[in-house]
Amino acid sequence: MEWETVIGLEIHAQLSTKSKIFSSASTQFGQAPNSQACAVDLGLPGVLPVLNVEAVNKAIKFGLAVNAHINQRNIFDRKNYFYPDLPKGYQISQMDLPIVGKGEIEISVGEMTKVVGVTRAHLEEDAGKSVHDMFNEFSAIDLNRAGTPLLEIVSEPDMRSAKEAVAYAKKIHALVQYIDICDGNMQEGSFRCDANVSIRPMGQTELGTRAELKNINSFKFLERAINLEVERQQDILEEGGSVVQETRLYDAVKHETRSMRSKEEANDYRYFPDPDLLPVEISDELLDSIKADLPELPVQKKARFVTDLGLNEYDADVLTSQKSLADYFETMLDGNEKNAKLCANWVMGELSASLNKNQLDIENSPISANDLSQLIARIGDDTISGKIAKDVFKAMWDGEGSADEIIKSKGLKQVTDMGAIEAIIDEIIANNAPQVEQFKSGNEKILGFFVGQAMKASQGKANPKLLNQLLREKLS
Amino acid sequence: MSLSEQQVTQIAYLARLSLSDDELQDNTKDLNAILGLAEELGAIETDNIEPMAHPLHMTQRLRKDVVTEGDQSDLFQSIAPKTGNKHYLVPTVIE
Repeated sequence: MEWETVIGLEIHAQLSTKSKIFSSASTQFGQAPNSQACAVDLGLPGVLPVLNVEAVNKAIKFGLAVNAHINQRNIFDRKNYFYPDLPKGYQISQMDLPIVGKGEIEISVGEMTKVVGVTRAHLEEDAGKSVHDMFNEFSAIDLNRAGTPLLEIVSEPDMRSAKEAVAYAKKIHALVQYIDICDGNMQEGSFRCDANVSIRPMGQTELGTRAELKNINSFKFLERAINLEVERQQDILEEGGSVVQETRLYDAVKHETRSMRSKEEANDYRYFPDPDLLPVEISDELLDSIKADLPELPVQKKARFVTDLGLNEYDADVLTSQKSLADYFETMLDGNEKNAKLCANWVMGELSASLNKNQLDIENSPISANDLSQLIARIGDDTISGKIAKDVFKAMWDGEGSADEIIKSKGLKQVTDMGAIEAIIDEIIANNAPQVEQFKSGNEKILGFFVGQAMKASQGKANPKLLNQLLREKLS
Repeated sequence: MSLSEQQVTQIAYLARLSLSDDELQDNTKDLNAILGLAEELGAIETDNIEPMAHPLHMTQRLRKDVVTEGDQSDLFQSIAPKTGNKHYLVPTVIE
């Protein structure tokens, strides 16, 4: 039987505020255990939560960026469950009236683009962390993370493959960084994905029973975990069994998912409005001012790259896929706009390849955007050829200096002196009579031979355009 | 609406309460009596009334995003039943 996969994602983005969502304790990562858990975070008797204005602003920013309806009146609820890293016995979240309502975002996989619905996004507090391997008979609890503001972004079940799910997650990941509401650091858990996965016979409209996959901390694992789960569900259904609705934990080391909570123990969260918090009212003025301050969004940037710089859709898409990459590219353009296409090629080609090979992020590139821009300018003004530029690039990567310094110290400046190139050509023509004959009798391909010889003789420094032109003149 | 003994057992589990058979029967009866009382509210016409989230007709005041809380972990941990390596310790829980 042919199956269709249906995926919806729940993304938890930690909002990059200085203080927590309901307390004035710091949210800084990696501090001494419990040093940033204050009385409110610990849920001590008599404390009251007070909502952080920045958490609200950042949630609104996200809503506007996905064209969503903003609920100008929204409510906080208590989600009740017992776990030691949740000291109050409930998590403050939003259930019936979340801050962000229905929105959408466009994704592309290969040639195909589609719109994925964002069901809602709501504010909530993060829980603490449990460490199970520090002591033999105890779990150790660090509550520094408790109360860190989260925006939970829930998608519609609109994705039909692991690749689409990854494309959506990456789009949201890039977006939250563009609008500066989340640092996107997946290793530190600032951006976490849960995937709801089900399958159904192709053509059926009713959804199958889903499993929720948790503990996925990279895009690579997201794809693997979903594919693994789809296979598992197919095996069950094809053997005549039925999928159980449950939460499954992805184990990246063993490459398996395993059941985390069985159905009998399913929590009833007993949501109800938190009496400690009043309804939040968002004024039209606040909404307008946040809208006015919204930075250029990836989709707008992409359109501008296509119309103003003449890049193709694919290049514009890749260059805007990460804020850091777009920033790098735009820094390069400063004073170098006429070479935009060349800049794009080098960022996506040589630079990206070298970064990948050395497992570096673009933020840690040994070649700065300004330095690379200088190199491109030298190709653009015919100081060096694209081929020589690759050698210069390598030298720059190895820290041998700026493009201009390397071109000067290694004597790589292109020979654009007609006389010098002519002398080289004359000598080659004189020494290769048979090839000259072939060219004259109509073998155009042999021209490559002469170009090669001349390049060799000039140590790659002859200006290719000039060389070609002079060769043709002399040979005919 | 009324609750079955099975539902009360489930609620007791979620609340981490262990009930004897007698207690289960008594609690089921009591809870159903309370629900019956609340059910009288169903007689009121509420179709065009916005659900109330809070009894006070006020809106939430917001706080500036400023860190003012310092590290008081020693003080807080002095009242904890058990601590170690600056962590709060609890019986092992692995889900």
